[in-house]
Amino acid sequence: MEARGYSTVDERLDVTFAALADPTRRAILARLTRGEASVLELTEPFAMSQPAISKHLKVLERAGLVSRGRDAQRRPCRLEPVALRAATEWLEGYRRFWSESFERLDEVLNDLSDVGDEQTGGTK
Amino acid sequence: MTETQALSVVARNEHEIVMTRVFAAPRHLVFAALTEPGLLRRWYGPHGHRLVVCEIDLRVGGDWRYVVRAPDGSEMVLRGTYTEITPPVRLVHTELNEDCWAADGVDATVTYELTERSEKTLLTTTSWYPSTETRDNVLRSGMERGVGQAYSKLEEALESVDREVSA
Repeated sequence: MEARGYSTVDERLDVTFAALADPTRRAILARLTRGEASVLELTEPFAMSQPAISKHLKVLERAGLVSRGRDAQRRPCRLEPVALRAATEWLEGYRRFWSESFERLDEVLNDLSDVGDEQTGGTK
Repeated sequence: MTETQALSVVARNEHEIVMTRVFAAPRHLVFAALTEPGLLRRWYGPHGHRLVVCEIDLRVGGDWRYVVRAPDGSEMVLRGTYTEITPPVRLVHTELNEDCWAADGVDATVTYELTERSEKTLLTTTSWYPSTETRDNVLRSGMERGVGQAYSKLEEALESVDREVSA
């Protein structure tokens, strides 16, 4: 995948999702939710070399999920919450799409249960 | 009585979308609501969409066909074939959505599993797509619908941009 400008939301999401597809990268993001960290600090919990972690960080950076600080020595990594939110909204949209239907189903089932109660001896 | 039950949606492995939701009713009623046209018409169809045609031939090898009408009057046909019917526990059918770009003209397999616990039913709906790309596109189309009107406005805007570019 090449670094380039993203013309549509979809392309952007493709890159984001490709970045999120890897468990190591998700673990890096999880670590960064607790605050910024240097590459060295990020390498510690993983059984991986620093170059391997740097490679994962580049993918995350390209997806806009992580940014790097200016401090020349440390270049701390931090989470970019906006891109991450766009990625979670992706599932959220589908969820909302169905949750409305299911709320109506609640009402239908509620009506059916009432009818059932009356038939099985509910008195009035 | 109006407690809102949380709907969970996850993308599982490379092929599936799994939805889980608890309903405050015994599972034979939930099963009925999934298979009887008179009941389906009352709830199926998200975001202002209405189920205007609902034909069901509830037997293994039998076909189903829904027509869903959007608020703008456009219609979408969903259809498939029942492959497993075990009331009130399990229902499996194929699903083809020819009018949705995301579904890409391929059959998905939808499995409903109903588990009952103290008068409540856990409904697990698993949609299986032959490719990850199709699965992801379907999820993405959900996002677009979730955005609703904003999305159709975006589409109009893109069309006019398209005309300007190609003019």
